[in-house]
Amino acid sequence: MREIHFDEIVEKVKNLVMDAEYKLPQDFIQAIKVSVNKEESDIGREILQEILKNAEVAEKEQVAYCQDTGYPVFFVEVGQDVRVVGGSLKDAINEGVRRATKEGYLRASLAYDPLFDRKNTGDNTPALIYFDIVEGDKIKIKFAAKGGGSENQSKQAMLKPADGLEGVKKFVLQTIANAGPNACPPFTVGVGIGGTFDYSAVLAKKALFRHIGERHPDPRIAALEEELLNLANQLGVGPLGFGGTTTAVDVKIEIAPCHIASLPVAVNIQCHAARHKEIEI
Amino acid sequence: MSNVKVITTPLTDEVIETLRAGDRVLITGWVYTARDAAHKRMLEDYEKTGNLPFDIKGQVIYYVGPTPAKPGQVIGSAGPTTAYRMDKYTPKLLELGLKGTIGKGWRGPEVKEALKKYKAVYFAAYGGTAALLSKHITKVEMVAYEDLGPEAIRKLYFQDFPVIVANDIYGGDVFEEGQKKYRKLVI
Repeated sequence: MREIHFDEIVEKVKNLVMDAEYKLPQDFIQAIKVSVNKEESDIGREILQEILKNAEVAEKEQVAYCQDTGYPVFFVEVGQDVRVVGGSLKDAINEGVRRATKEGYLRASLAYDPLFDRKNTGDNTPALIYFDIVEGDKIKIKFAAKGGGSENQSKQAMLKPADGLEGVKKFVLQTIANAGPNACPPFTVGVGIGGTFDYSAVLAKKALFRHIGERHPDPRIAALEEELLNLANQLGVGPLGFGGTTTAVDVKIEIAPCHIASLPVAVNIQCHAARHKEIEI
Repeated sequence: MSNVKVITTPLTDEVIETLRAGDRVLITGWVYTARDAAHKRMLEDYEKTGNLPFDIKGQVIYYVGPTPAKPGQVIGSAGPTTAYRMDKYTPKLLELGLKGTIGKGWRGPEVKEALKKYKAVYFAAYGGTAALLSKHITKVEMVAYEDLGPEAIRKLYFQDFPVIVANDIYGGDVFEEGQKKYRKLVI
């Protein structure tokens, strides 16, 4: 049984969160660079350039790319041959978030209770953590900072099996069009199809970790990803919703088996602050 | 797109009348920050006392909750938050003399009507470009509700802060007009 100390996880999670907040993934930056040359609207091109400049400044000065440093969401794959010593894995992740918030000058963006006094928790904990047990003796930690603006425009629907492919396409495109300028396009669109009511949304969020341009292994799903990306860019939303041809840089779909009566579909809109990063310990 | 207009706060009706949806504007002067929690509390306080925490006449509210300033910084990253969440409160503030709001995204019909009625504008700043926008903020002062942390009301001094007129007093909407030109697919 391999042992990993609590303190090591805390330090690595802290750095993971800070790095993700300061530096956007390279594949996303590359996608924006490609879009600058393709975007048809003048203001759209200008905004894409501002996005690149903002990314440069944030990385160089080690400051948050966006003031909404987001809800910390983790997908953690724990090898069954590894044991955390000195404390719990969950506490270590939360402590890493707490330190990243303080030492990294991140905004405290969580309200402790959603309905009554909505008091700020002050340190971005508790993080949302999904655990999975896998083979091996490593821990993989995937982190996403989910900003409120794009999370608010995300949607889930329980379609009927008869709605089929056309129903799914319509729902995804309507969600993108409605999100519009509110959710800071260009988007990366995560789509979860199948599973249950809740699991479809988890799949949509997970899908966003796949690299831009990397297609789903099922060729039918891969084709649907490409078709939806193409259609999304005909909606006219454009960079930050001012109109244009770059509404999304990618659409990523994950699927799961579902009940014979159901066709769950969830769309997780990701804004241009596409903060996703993973580490393996 | 028209040329860049340079304006200073507080805003007057004469200046508001010259602004059209799509105009690029650089704002210099003091503005106030407020977002969800501050709006709710401001209007609750107004109900109770008949006062707001600052004199709102002619002023501009920037919908922002900045990150904390690092040593050597005036303010942390400070881009706009989504404006529609403040729609419930905005018409009342416009009635009380507020002349401008800065955020990102669409406003609802009630705000668009109130902008016409009370002569005010809604400006859009480039959402998510928070590291760049913070460079146009040169002074920060705490005004009220410090316990709200990032949601407290602060006074920010803008130096040539870049925005676009999103909704004007003539019913213009920069998002609708811009998207129409590139919309090939209607869902």
